[in-house]
Parts: sequence; structure tokens; C-alpha cells
Amino acid sequence: MTDSKKITSIIKEIGNVIQKEKDFLTELDSFIGDADHGINMARGFKEVEKKLPGLEDKDVGTILKTVGMTLVSTVGGASGPLYGTAFMKAGMAIGAKNDIDGDDFITALNAAVEGIKMRGKSHEGEKTMLDALIPALNTIKKVYEENKDFKAALEQGIKAAEEGVEYTKTIIATKGRASYLGERSIGHQDPGATSSYLMLKAICSII
Amino acid sequence: MKKLINSVDNVEQEMILGMVKAYPGYVKKLDCGNVVVRAKKKEDKVALISGGGSGHEPAHGGYVGEGMLDCAVAGTVFTSPTPDQIYEGIKAIATDKGVLMVVKNYTGDVMNFEMAAEMAQADGIPVEYVVTNDDVAVKDSLYTTGRRGVAGTVFVHKIAGAKAESGADLKEVHRVAQKVVDNVRTMGMALTPCTVPAAGKPGFTLKDDEMEIGIGIHGEPGIHREKVKPADEIAEMLLDKILADIDYSGKEVAVMINGSGGTPLMELYIINNKVNDYLKEKGIKIYKTYVGNYMTSIEMAGFSITLLRLDKEIKELLDAKANTPAFKE
Repeated sequence: MTDSKKITSIIKEIGNVIQKEKDFLTELDSFIGDADHGINMARGFKEVEKKLPGLEDKDVGTILKTVGMTLVSTVGGASGPLYGTAFMKAGMAIGAKNDIDGDDFITALNAAVEGIKMRGKSHEGEKTMLDALIPALNTIKKVYEENKDFKAALEQGIKAAEEGVEYTKTIIATKGRASYLGERSIGHQDPGATSSYLMLKAICSII
Repeated sequence: MKKLINSVDNVEQEMILGMVKAYPGYVKKLDCGNVVVRAKKKEDKVALISGGGSGHEPAHGGYVGEGMLDCAVAGTVFTSPTPDQIYEGIKAIATDKGVLMVVKNYTGDVMNFEMAAEMAQADGIPVEYVVTNDDVAVKDSLYTTGRRGVAGTVFVHKIAGAKAESGADLKEVHRVAQKVVDNVRTMGMALTPCTVPAAGKPGFTLKDDEMEIGIGIHGEPGIHREKVKPADEIAEMLLDKILADIDYSGKEVAVMINGSGGTPLMELYIINNKVNDYLKEKGIKIYKTYVGNYMTSIEMAGFSITLLRLDKEIKELLDAKANTPAFKE
């Protein structure tokens, strides 16, 4: 389905989307957080982009682990450890493969989600990135099992992630800085769920 | 945005370099990033490391020195430092007695420091940590991340620092640090917002006649907004909230009136005048008072009140010698 060169172009596209949506993500964060989500993510993916040319001939696991380490060491805040852990765990789950298929992608996304749960001590329904990622993962798994069409599964997954982002508007944050707002966090979509959704969409646009 | 900066990307590094150049006898910067350590490493003591986002100067680099921290790690403005930076700091200061991390309770800070601790522990360095959470403005419940760590953190640096300097082991230094965390409470307010350089505009807005009660040190929203009142009424309002949180009656306290960066000392003294009288009225004895900019929020106008409940042990450690760029005893 996808080889190392394509993986680096997917990562590059994720970076492009993050740069493009930087101000939007920061604005979302200004309502319920500390107004830096877009800034921090953009800084991290700028560093990731610098490393991509040197990664094209590496295996997929190495690429994802490098992306994760770079995010951990450049993003800061909560997003750095969370997305960093997600990419590192995804890389570890895939290992030294040069080509990955739909099953591998699901394995990687599953490992990423488990990594975020572990690092953030969180679960679904707390107004976090998990509210986009878990519905996406579940949908991708289900649709892919049914018809083995990965692109279709990913498209359905993105819809689920988008609904997840919408869902975050309706719930109270119980994790992160937004949790201090209590009921005042209702009505605002979660910036982390939004960036997760945007990343999945970027992946789909290349696959 | 009007600021004395050169480029938003260099704010943190140039600030650290300038600080180190001002206090070369106290601190030096590691090459790996914005990590400040004592100019001369002291062996045979538990090493203390703290840090957080920049924008809180003199925290945290200003508290590196004898009787307080061994290392401070500065992230970008209002953003936690990253695990690799913290890890480098831990490695630079680690002694056989181990390392205590003092972390303010923010999701990002806790995760980044935990990751760094895991990396250091894998190298065989004993690392323990405390999480400060003195801000009574936010609820401490299962449904939040817990209270925020704010100005009370400086008392943890001072007292755990004194304990570490005395040669106590990691378990003892950790116990004392946790005791301070358990006995310190803070509440703040803001008159004007602050602007993160990279954001270029204020994180929130307040009308000319409005104030935010319960503000966090990153300009996070507080409890409520209302019209500005006379200083005495504001001081009472903040104190009432602190006094309702834990029992101070009949106790001795250390008081910190902390400026948020944009508030003149004149106003902080006016606040302290009321705080002092009000505590006396309540039968609370003031052992020591600190007034100044200890944990700022860039150029925010506002202040916080911190009360630390004292016992004999904490008093002795509070009185112990400290000699750092921003805190001397």
C-alpha cells in the first residue's frame, strides 16, 4: 500500500496542514487552553520536515520513531509528549518494514492511541485528541474488516474523527488546562482532537 | 505588540544568556539548550531541578544557587520544556544522592518531566518528584487535572533546597518538599493580560474597568470577572478564598505577595498593608513576608497572595541560608 518514500511524503503533508492551520489551532486553544497549540505543533513539524529528506531510504518504523522523537524534543507542552509518544509507539509497532498495508496501518494507529492513553492517563470522553482518534480507529478497523478497501476505511474513519471533534463541543473537559474551565469548556471544540482529525485527513489525501 | 525583543524565536535563549551574563558567579548555561545549572556543581547532596515555560522570570533560573535549585530548565514562553532538555539537566547535576524534580501541576509539565525521569532512571539515576498545586482558584477534583502550581512553588524551592543543602537523603528532601506542597496555598488576580511573543496578541482581554479573579500564571481564566475594586477589598477577597481552603487559625505563616510582572511594587506594598492587618484580625501570626516579583506572567498586571503554614521544621529551613540571583536569605 505505502512505502517509505510515500510515508515521508505523508508526514510532509501532515506538516503542511499543521502550518496552514497553525493560527486556527492556536485560536481554538485560546478559548479553553493557553493559546499555543498551533504554534507548538508548527514548530515541531518544521523540525520534522528538516529530517525527512534523510529518512526516505529508512524503514517505516524508523521514520515514525524519528518523527516521534523530534516532536517530543521540539513541541513541548502536553502535545509534544502525547503526539511524540503516539508516533514512537506506532513506529515500534510497525518495526523494520519498508512496505505497509492496511493491517499494518491499523496496528500502528492502535499503538498510537494506546500510547496517548498511557502517557496522558486518559480515555475517551474527556475532551482530548482521543475523542477524534478512538472513533476513527474503531471505524477504520470495522470498515476495513468488512471490505478490505483501506482508502474507503480511512475516509469513513475521518468522518468519525470529524464527528468526534464535534462531540468535543458538547462535553466538559476533564483533562488538561481546559478542565479548569468546568462547564465553561462546553461549546468549544478541543484543539487536540482537531489537530488529530487534520492529521488523519492529511494522511488520506496522500494515500 | 510592543516588546524589547529581537525576534520571537530567540526570546528564551537571549533571556537565558543575558541572565547568565548578569550572574556568572552563580549560574552557567549548558550547551544543549536553555538549561541553567550552578556555576560550581555541589556534590554529596540531593540535586534539585525545576523549570517550566519561560515568561515567569525570575523563575526558575533565578532560583539556581546555594540553598535552592541546582538546575532550572526553561521551555519556550508558557510551554513546558521538553524531556531531552530536562534529561540533560538531570545528568549534569545528578549526584550519588539522587535528584528531586519540582514540577508545577500542568499536564504538559508533568508529562515532560515524567518522560525525562524515565530516561534518567534508565541510566540508574535515582529520581523522585513532587508536583506543586497551590492555586486555590481552581477546583481540585476527579473532574479536573487538579489545582495549578503557581507562586507557592518558590517556597518549595527554598525549603526543599535548604533540606538538600544540609545533606539530607532523597527520601527526606522529598518528604519536606511534599510537606510544603501540602501547606502552601495561593490565589491571584489580573488587571491586564499578557502577550506571548510568538502569539503577538494578548491571550485574553479585559475591559478598562474589569479584573479577572483567580487568574493562572499563564493568563488562564480564573473564577470570575468583575469591576475593579479598591485594593483592600481585592486583598480580602483573595485571602478569604485561601483561608477557606485549609485551616490557618492559630498558625504561623510565611506570606508572599507576588507581582505578575506589570504591577509596581508600590501597589504590592498597598496590598501587603491590608494582608498584614487582615491576617492579624484573624489571629494568624505572620512569621515572614516576601513582596516582589517571584513568579511572573510576562507583563501581566496583577498579583497573587501565597500563605505557607509553618511548623518548627519549615521555619528553620525557611531561615537557612540561600544565595541565588533572585532569592537571598
